[in-house]
Amino acid sequence: MFEIILGAISLGLLWAVMTIGVYITYRILDIADLTVEGSIAMGAAIAAFSIFNGMNPFIATGLAFVGGMLAGLVTGILHTKLKIPALLAGILTMIALYSVNLRIMGKANLSLLRIDTVFTPLEQLGLSSTNAVMLFGFISVMAIIGLLYWFFGTEIGCAIRATGDNPQMARAQGINTNNMIILGLVISNGLVALSGSLIAQSQSFADIQMGIGSIVIGLASVIIGEVIFGTRNFFNCLISLVLGAITYRIIIALVLKMGMPANDLKLFTAITVAIALSLPVFKSYLRPLKKSMNGGAR
Amino acid sequence: MLVINDIEKKFNAGTVNEKVALSKFSLSLAEGDFVTVIGGNGAGKSTFLNCVAGVFGVDQGSILIDGLDVTKLPEHKRSGVIGRVFQDPMMGTAGNMGIEENLALAYRRGKTRSLSWGISHKEREIYKEYLSHLDLGLENRLHAKVGLLSGGQRQALTLLMATLKKPKLLLLDEHTAALDPKTADKVLKLSDRFVNEGNLTTLMVTHNMRHAIEHGNRLIMMHEGRVILDIKGEEKQQLTVDDLLKRFGQVSGEEFANDRALLS
Repeated sequence: MFEIILGAISLGLLWAVMTIGVYITYRILDIADLTVEGSIAMGAAIAAFSIFNGMNPFIATGLAFVGGMLAGLVTGILHTKLKIPALLAGILTMIALYSVNLRIMGKANLSLLRIDTVFTPLEQLGLSSTNAVMLFGFISVMAIIGLLYWFFGTEIGCAIRATGDNPQMARAQGINTNNMIILGLVISNGLVALSGSLIAQSQSFADIQMGIGSIVIGLASVIIGEVIFGTRNFFNCLISLVLGAITYRIIIALVLKMGMPANDLKLFTAITVAIALSLPVFKSYLRPLKKSMNGGAR
Repeated sequence: MLVINDIEKKFNAGTVNEKVALSKFSLSLAEGDFVTVIGGNGAGKSTFLNCVAGVFGVDQGSILIDGLDVTKLPEHKRSGVIGRVFQDPMMGTAGNMGIEENLALAYRRGKTRSLSWGISHKEREIYKEYLSHLDLGLENRLHAKVGLLSGGQRQALTLLMATLKKPKLLLLDEHTAALDPKTADKVLKLSDRFVNEGNLTTLMVTHNMRHAIEHGNRLIMMHEGRVILDIKGEEKQQLTVDDLLKRFGQVSGEEFANDRALLS
């Protein structure tokens, strides 16, 4: 049991990187960006192929990050310059990436068994593979949180936040909202691909299908994090995202342990997210009920 | 300061819904002019202001601000020299960001944004100082989210933001229309003060004839996309609402059609 929880935490830390990426588009830019389904697999594909062919795993991981940024750039240009609605622009890139990822890997999946990854140096220090992933994940996540906390406090970072909050106001303050949207999508998808590359290396294989449903997992993690761990300030939000991603993994590990068939996982995740997203509606139904139970009309 | 030459703007051109919003519209503002713009429903007042701000382009003609041709410049580039306050109090500020963050965004209008900090300690003192002049107690709530403020407070803040970096042109688009009369008066007084202190060239669209007469040094009335009355100087000072209605009837041959203007 303890083992399962530890595994969930280490995997959750890797998915947290992706969750932070989803947060940047979904909450900061106010765009539901489906590109992530393609860019997470793209990160995995680039890292797996490069490492498989003898590249240094750290350089390969960096390459995956750059690949994700390019995917975000494509969606950004489709959306802002060519005026395609954000949701559709994301879907187009996602579909295109399916073919691109197949091209990168040359086949539908690639094994990295007994090949050195970014986790190998830590394993050589005597850590178990789970602990190596956990330590590496923890350090990466903390570094990313630090960088983003700084970035969104800079002039450009503030301009991105203003663009997501109120584009009209942003333009009136001289902000090029199109460029800010593109920049946000680039950073977001870079992080998602980075996450994908780390996930592939931890599980020792990359699969063309691994992106399917990832946006829903990302959203589930964002919402779980925000609801349980709070959104007092930006730093608190970022920490909540990480804890949300870990919580999601633990929940999944537990329901699987309790005997839910793995094939039902996506259905379970979708229902969880649907319930979480509709909570405000339920709350507004419940409020009058509560009031009347608390002593009638006022 | 602002020169507009024969601009034309059509919406839905070439369809049955074609609407000529501005036709052969020309206007020239001297530095320090405070012009109130009034007109009936659909006269083209807001279209005119949006064309100047660059929200959309014009079909013909040119717009010059301080000698610079801005006709083809996108909205965010024109913003460097234009301060704006909108009709909807929600529109001029970012509700999920703090008061100081909003001010910091405005403070950087017209400047290339970099990776230096979004707000410096020195600025905070400046913002406190300016906010205290608003007399709304906002100087002690620098971190508060703007979404928590009332409509009047947001409009006052937007006004401060629009003038924080002295604009060459200040555009006020019915900026008191969504406020209750008492708050509207307060915001108008504040607008007057900012305009006078900075000697700002200003265009103020209003639907309220009394406001149009009481404020500014020049009044233009629009009808069907053109300027039909242009009253300034001594004549403007002696103008009454009745005069204005009478003169509108003479020039346009119609009754003044704006319920809101007549009621207020």
